[in-house]
Amino acid sequence: MELILVNLIDGLVTGLLLFMLSAGLTLIFSMMGVLNFAHASFYMLGAYFAYQISIALGFWMGLLLAPIIVGVLGAGVERYGLRRVHQYGHVPELIFTFGLALLIEELVQFIWGKNQMPYNVPEILNFTAFSIAGNSIPAFKIFMIFVSVGIFVGLLFVLTKTRVGMIIQAALSYPRTVEALGHNVPLIFMGVFGVGTALAGLAGVIAGPVLGTFPGMAFVLGSIVFVTIVIGGLGSLWGALVASLLIGWLTTFAKSYNVRMEDILNGIGFSTPENMGESALRDLWTITSPQIADILPYILMVLILIFRPAGLFGKRHQ
Amino acid sequence: MTDQITTDPSKPSQRMRAGSMTITVLPWVAGAIALAVMPAIFTSNSALTIMNQMWITVVFALAYNMLLGQGGMLSFGHAVYAGVGGFACMHIMNMSDFFAAMPLPVLPIFGGLFGMGMAMIVGSFSTRNAGTVFAMISLGVGELIAACSVIIVAFFGGEEGISGDRTYAMPFFGNEFLQQIDVYYLTSFWVLVSAILMYLWSRTPVGRMANAVRDNPERAEFLGYSARWVRFYSFTASGFFAGVAGGLFAINYEILTEENLNTASSGVILLVTFLGGVGFFFGPIIGAIAFTLLQTVLSLQTELWAFYAGVLFLATVMFFPGGLAGLLMMHVPVFKLGHARSLVMPYLKTLLPAAIGLLGLAALVEMTFHFRHAALGDDEMTVFWTTFDTHTILPWIIAGVVTLVGLGIARATAPSLKEAWSAANTAPPVTTAKGGAA
Repeated sequence: MELILVNLIDGLVTGLLLFMLSAGLTLIFSMMGVLNFAHASFYMLGAYFAYQISIALGFWMGLLLAPIIVGVLGAGVERYGLRRVHQYGHVPELIFTFGLALLIEELVQFIWGKNQMPYNVPEILNFTAFSIAGNSIPAFKIFMIFVSVGIFVGLLFVLTKTRVGMIIQAALSYPRTVEALGHNVPLIFMGVFGVGTALAGLAGVIAGPVLGTFPGMAFVLGSIVFVTIVIGGLGSLWGALVASLLIGWLTTFAKSYNVRMEDILNGIGFSTPENMGESALRDLWTITSPQIADILPYILMVLILIFRPAGLFGKRHQ
Repeated sequence: MTDQITTDPSKPSQRMRAGSMTITVLPWVAGAIALAVMPAIFTSNSALTIMNQMWITVVFALAYNMLLGQGGMLSFGHAVYAGVGGFACMHIMNMSDFFAAMPLPVLPIFGGLFGMGMAMIVGSFSTRNAGTVFAMISLGVGELIAACSVIIVAFFGGEEGISGDRTYAMPFFGNEFLQQIDVYYLTSFWVLVSAILMYLWSRTPVGRMANAVRDNPERAEFLGYSARWVRFYSFTASGFFAGVAGGLFAINYEILTEENLNTASSGVILLVTFLGGVGFFFGPIIGAIAFTLLQTVLSLQTELWAFYAGVLFLATVMFFPGGLAGLLMMHVPVFKLGHARSLVMPYLKTLLPAAIGLLGLAALVEMTFHFRHAALGDDEMTVFWTTFDTHTILPWIIAGVVTLVGLGIARATAPSLKEAWSAANTAPPVTTAKGGAA
């Protein structure tokens, strides 16, 4: 029972982290109809910038400044790169963001090298918040939960209750009409892109000390984020939230409970074969749940795509 | 969503849709002769290795362009089909009895069949949509299979992969493929055959419908064709040829690992195809040759070659989405008008300084990298055959000046190049031509 609680908290942290990335990604998608493959790269940039700033000015300035820098960079990419490619159509846009992701990874290696950066949890948060049956929960995890929940509430408030949010929502669905009403729609697009990447950057700032700050960090999380928004339904903010939490809990529980395929197969009436040495199915029998925890999201995605192609919360279109 | 404006097919430099270009018999014969003669010109073993790699990439890139250029489907996981084909071939190589009764040149067909089988399974749900959804599914499936390769050890061999020996095959007219040169001719044969088959495929009704579905799926449906099935057929055919490429890889390298089917190699093939130009059938061939040369030559010279490749790729997407083939085809009208000679001098005046400026920039990048990452006390580096100390100011000034002057001249002469270009593209007025003007 206690272990379940610990895993719930761990899964929540992972899920909310995923959500900070997928929220921006899904907003950008519903806005421009293009998937930003470089989104996780901005997450990585956030972590690296925060590390560099934290050397000089400390963690908190990094938390404040790094997302802003990343957001400005993102807005610049939209203004000078994506908008130019936009005239060619969707496929070149996708290819552009894909190339950008490659380039950012190379650039990070160029500047900071290939090794992991010593970007650590700040002293003030480096203590045990509380412990559940001997399992200590670090304060930084609680801090991560609060930051992500705060961001989510703030985003929801801005999008649904303020005038700016109303205009953004209108611009997402009817850009031409909003433009005719006198709003600068390209500027709104640039702003949303900037805010989305800034959110990714913020996720990087708070994930960097826990998950490690290294050139492969974008790649590790990147594809999971795409899986998340496919499962949640492209363009749906609530879908992104539900799918993020689902994936967070799914992978955490699969990792901490060692469920063996052999037991499951025995349970439903198959007996373990005597000699598995050369059998082609030997890998099926030896699979354990921690082993496949990382690919569970992909399996889930394939299943969703087969049985509910629009995703959990997606609208059926076309 | 705003209305979709796609690249203008009338401008080759921006063209991203492959049409059904007619290739006469002549280029194929020339290609065959080139393939046969190449090893006589480049005799060294390393040249043979590079050429083998090149031709395998050609097959793979052409297969990839069946999706991207002909079918408008952007796949981020196409290495899976080549990889599965290659792994299947590797397993066949290790089945001693079966393999001993089979001549080696037949093996790529099995690779193709397994690649096709895999493509049929994945295509059954991924081809429902084109565009972004297809791209994301391809990425997810690619990641899934790459991750599975570490878990399903029986088929993928885990971390160390699967290796075999091609010489156990039934001798093919007494040839056991012990030498690199034998493998070269086997690969060349398959490159030619697959390229011709892929070209002919693009001329069949299915291939033409793939173009129609790419441009306007709705209209194609109204004509009575199911967009989904047309995509499925393209996907399956592309999977077959990707599998053939995988089989050739298995024969050439005799080992396959997880690296052959992960997302990184899928990204590379996208890069190759796009660089070459997706708007023309022969674009991927140019791309594969250029990229392999770039990779082998640059990676010997610098650690940063992936960085340069990334920059080149982004520049291609942003400024000439038609790729190298598009740039080449841009000049066809000029040649037809007979004005090609008038472009030589303006090109020299602009492109030569630009190239020098870019080399200067590359030198600056290399020096920065050395300055930041070289071991302590290791102050000397060699760029462009000159060795110097990066901790002194002089080399920085020289590189900076070269960069500024080179790019500055290129910038200054660019307008006159533009003028010369538009002049070369203007046909002489008809009346004067009739009157017999000089």
